[in-house]
Amino acid sequence: MTTRTAISTLSRQRILSAWLFLAPMLVVLAAVALYPLARTIYFGFTDASIDFTSEAQWIGFRNYLEYLDYGDGEGEYFGLLADEGWWSAVWNTLRFTVTSVFFETVFGLVIALVLNTSFKGRALVRAAVLIPWAIPTIVSAKMWAWMMHDQFGILNDMLIRLHLISDPIAWTASPDTAMIAVMMVDIWKTTPFMALLILAGLQMVPADIYEAAKLDGVNPVRLFRKVTLPLIMPAVLVAVVFRALDALRVFDIVYVLTPNNDRTRTMSVFARENLFDFDKFAYGSAASTLLFLIVALLTISFIYATRMNVEADE
Amino acid sequence: MKHIGKFTAALAAATMLSLSAGATDLAIVHGAIGKDNEVLRKELDRFEEQTGHKVEIVSMPESTTDQFSQYKLWLAAKSTDIDVYRIDVIGAAQIADHFVDLKEAYADIIDDYVPAAVESQMVDGKLVALPMFLGAPALYYRKDLLDKYGEEVPATWQEMTATAQKIMDAEREAGNGDMWGFVFQGAAYEGLTCNAQEWIASFGGGRIVEADGSIGINNDKAAEALDLAKSWIGTIAPEGVLNYKEEDARGVFQSGNAVFMRNWNYAYALAAGDDSPVKGKFAVTTLPVGAEGEKSAATLGGWHLGVSKYSEHPEEAIELVRFLNNYDNQKERAIETSRPPTLNAVYADADVAAEQEFIPLWKPVVDNALPRPSAATKRKYNEVSSEFWTAVHNTLSGDGSAKQNLAKLEAKLKRLKGNSW
Repeated sequence: MTTRTAISTLSRQRILSAWLFLAPMLVVLAAVALYPLARTIYFGFTDASIDFTSEAQWIGFRNYLEYLDYGDGEGEYFGLLADEGWWSAVWNTLRFTVTSVFFETVFGLVIALVLNTSFKGRALVRAAVLIPWAIPTIVSAKMWAWMMHDQFGILNDMLIRLHLISDPIAWTASPDTAMIAVMMVDIWKTTPFMALLILAGLQMVPADIYEAAKLDGVNPVRLFRKVTLPLIMPAVLVAVVFRALDALRVFDIVYVLTPNNDRTRTMSVFARENLFDFDKFAYGSAASTLLFLIVALLTISFIYATRMNVEADE
Repeated sequence: MKHIGKFTAALAAATMLSLSAGATDLAIVHGAIGKDNEVLRKELDRFEEQTGHKVEIVSMPESTTDQFSQYKLWLAAKSTDIDVYRIDVIGAAQIADHFVDLKEAYADIIDDYVPAAVESQMVDGKLVALPMFLGAPALYYRKDLLDKYGEEVPATWQEMTATAQKIMDAEREAGNGDMWGFVFQGAAYEGLTCNAQEWIASFGGGRIVEADGSIGINNDKAAEALDLAKSWIGTIAPEGVLNYKEEDARGVFQSGNAVFMRNWNYAYALAAGDDSPVKGKFAVTTLPVGAEGEKSAATLGGWHLGVSKYSEHPEEAIELVRFLNNYDNQKERAIETSRPPTLNAVYADADVAAEQEFIPLWKPVVDNALPRPSAATKRKYNEVSSEFWTAVHNTLSGDGSAKQNLAKLEAKLKRLKGNSW
């Protein structure tokens, strides 16, 4: 009896000190993450204006959806959920995310496989590959904007000299190529990140498996499909989740690189425009809240779906 | 030891002096284009010398849309970091509450200013900012090329289109493959609103939102104007113009690769500069009209200096604004940056006329310039402008016809307006 109370006192103390050690982190997290998030969600339900946030009035769901009856039997839906601008932004974001993350994964995998083989100067190449990732996005977007410039850009110059195109392409201006330009820059920039994460996964694969496969005379393609890929799958999936999360809130590349139109406007760009450019702070807050919900939902369902897959493979 | 004592004494004296003179640190924010930054720095150096205050320049991106969002953030946070803001002519009505009323402070000099400029900065009887310089765009043209091909300076947009096409084709045939006919500001931002309202007004299509708040933009003349503009893309104007701002257009024109350019007055001084390939080869005229009998329309631009209500040194800031807008500084800016001044007297200055021959000629253009509907639409102006430039940008990039986009625009503006602006 006495020993049990002693243990429970001890464990109580341990739990208490655990909370004590966690407390500073929890307080900071609440201040810098929870509070702003709660404020944003709150403003989404008000009619706040950016320079008079203290005078905000609660208006319920009207920023999200509202039916305005014109009184003559006719009416119209207003609000985010009825805003075609918002849905085109959602669509642009999803298209951007799926396409760029797909190519980043494929290229990342190829680069990681190359970097995993031993050759002379491997350390140097590994470091060099990371350079695009190390450049701040604003800088690389601006740099690419100049390279893609229709009159002075080096990209058009190179393509024309190679006789691949006859007239310069207005990469960022033309509605047909603007989104492609954004994706190109994003793929260029974040493939190294993918490669790095996948490389880490590759180095976890024990060498003796390959030796055994060699002795059994398994051909390289089969080896890759049956041995390497399943073993690095968890690492690849983590990398994909990270990248997809990042890509869903893409802002800077689009903002710097392309004209501000419906073809490339993403959810973040849409939210910022309403928050700061227009006098619609509350509407922008509502958009930010939806952005948060969409990202959370997609991430959770992706993790859920892939965990099932991983378990099935095992 | 003696030296150290001397040094300490000097330091103490200097501190005392600066304290007694009440020297303060001020910050002015502006979005620099062309030579704005170096000229402002020069003027601030003189101010520092005269008063002992220190003034720091905070620089902003080129796009007025970007600048304005940042201003709003600072003002919403009641930031004391910035004392003087250089505000776009359209900004006054939207952020008037955050600025000091300058009416009394400048009661002695306000009558010397261009009335239209002062009027644009009055919000409910409050003077939000003291006009610094104006903008009324011009059609820049290559005099040498027009002479070479025996063409007149175009009076209508249709003539401009034909002339641009002819000269461009001929020049390209002669081996100048990079030559274009016309460049302007076609990116989806405030600049496109300025360009497009000029086309439409000069076709007799009215304004985006009329001064009384009514919406009549969806009309045949406006559609005709946009259709003509659409026909330029990919023919006389590079497709990239859909992402051009002021400096992109100037880049093409100043490197000698465009026959015509629509741009603000600042480009004149730069294109006429010693390092400019088109120096002495170009001239400016008023923007063309859409049809015989219509009037040329030039958007009223300009940047004006307001003192933040949250400044810790409002008196020094008011002194700084007065200094920057005095005769000598306006004259210097007119000569060095070719920006139209806001003091009536500077237009008549002989030195200015000698250095920038077009400034005296530009007085009537400035006096009759076309304002954007920022007064009528109040705090919704940015959204109105964004809807307008989106409709125009969609038309230019082939996403829907002018008629369709204008009809959509009308519906959106009406929805935005509701019962009143």
